[in-house]
Amino acid sequence: MELTERVYAIVGEQLGVEKETLVPEANLLDDLGADSLDVVELVMAIEEEFGIEVPDSDAENIRTLGDITSYIEARVETAA
Amino acid sequence: MSVLIRGTGSAIPDRVISNADLERMVETNDEWIVTRTGIRERRMMAPEEATSDIVTRAAQRALEQAELGPEDIDLLIVATCTPDTLTPATANHVHRNLFKGLSIPSFDVNAACSGFVYGLEVAMAMLGSAGYKRVLLAGGEGLTRFMDYEERTVCILFGDAAGAVVLEKSDAPGGVLATTLHSDGQYSDLIQIPGGGARRPASPYTLAQREMFVRMEGQRVFKVAVQSMEQVAKDTLAKVGWKIGDVDWVIAHQANSRILRAVADRLEVPAEKMPTNLEVRGNTSAASIPVLLDECNRADRFKTGDKLLIVGFGGGLTWGAAAMEWTQTG
Repeated sequence: MELTERVYAIVGEQLGVEKETLVPEANLLDDLGADSLDVVELVMAIEEEFGIEVPDSDAENIRTLGDITSYIEARVETAA
Repeated sequence: MSVLIRGTGSAIPDRVISNADLERMVETNDEWIVTRTGIRERRMMAPEEATSDIVTRAAQRALEQAELGPEDIDLLIVATCTPDTLTPATANHVHRNLFKGLSIPSFDVNAACSGFVYGLEVAMAMLGSAGYKRVLLAGGEGLTRFMDYEERTVCILFGDAAGAVVLEKSDAPGGVLATTLHSDGQYSDLIQIPGGGARRPASPYTLAQREMFVRMEGQRVFKVAVQSMEQVAKDTLAKVGWKIGDVDWVIAHQANSRILRAVADRLEVPAEKMPTNLEVRGNTSAASIPVLLDECNRADRFKTGDKLLIVGFGGGLTWGAAAMEWTQTG
């Protein structure tokens, strides 16, 4: 599965939102109705799915779905 | 040797602080609080009361249920992070109330919200190698005295309560089978009362900075809490050779409904095996586990032989778990 699809699957499940709302510019808090603890849980799910650790300082900069995918891309590339 | 719980007791202050009450004190609302914490109300001690007073009442109830008197106890341990005084220990104040003329040792354990689980392992060791026979172990907190009602993310969480158990060395089967404790000081500033100690003593300055109140970084705590509660639960199950499916009751520190749900999901524990009183008690730190034990015990939910997994987590950061087989109290 492509990275974006994997991310959207996790976000869809964690936040219980419709597929159509999942676009790169969607803001987790404003557009997808997440609260601060939802974001923490989402980050934890992403850590498990991609086998990476996201420091709190990095997590604070994640606002949109696009932020998530580009962050994972960068992290996975560095790891490889 | 086994260690059995002979009696349980709790003391819940009368005054209810509802979410609506808090709406009048800080910028918040019921829906915000409930979705993020699962808490609808918490209790507050009367102005003339302190932590030792509610601990004393909880201890008396545990003794009554065990059909024992203060003279039958040879050690008193109080888990608290909201003591009556910096020194002497809250346990010494409880001693004055309850153990007049008896020179049994008494001391506090401060492991914040993990205090009861920490106290349990200390008590186990004292009942083992140190030769004590019966320990009164209490967890009590007067957290509302340390709430900053200008800090809306913290003051909504905490409540006052006390719980106690009488632990007895025995040859009968069951009781506390294993305990596991951990801490990680790299997170020591995530939940703290910064002022009033030797680092930042009470002064007009620290008072003005509101340093006498609890400060917490909830989001950072959340992640460590969920991961470490899951891990310590699994490690403790492995020690006694139980699978999670063997466990009848998971008694977890009542921190926040979102943490409890995440832990339950990860451990695959169904909600009906995880009793909760968070909605009406709030987070009562070291008191939450013994209070929940007492409420379940007095509601006859535990049967002899039931397998209990107790899981604590709190400031420090500290965490721990215990596995026990329930035995009839009284």
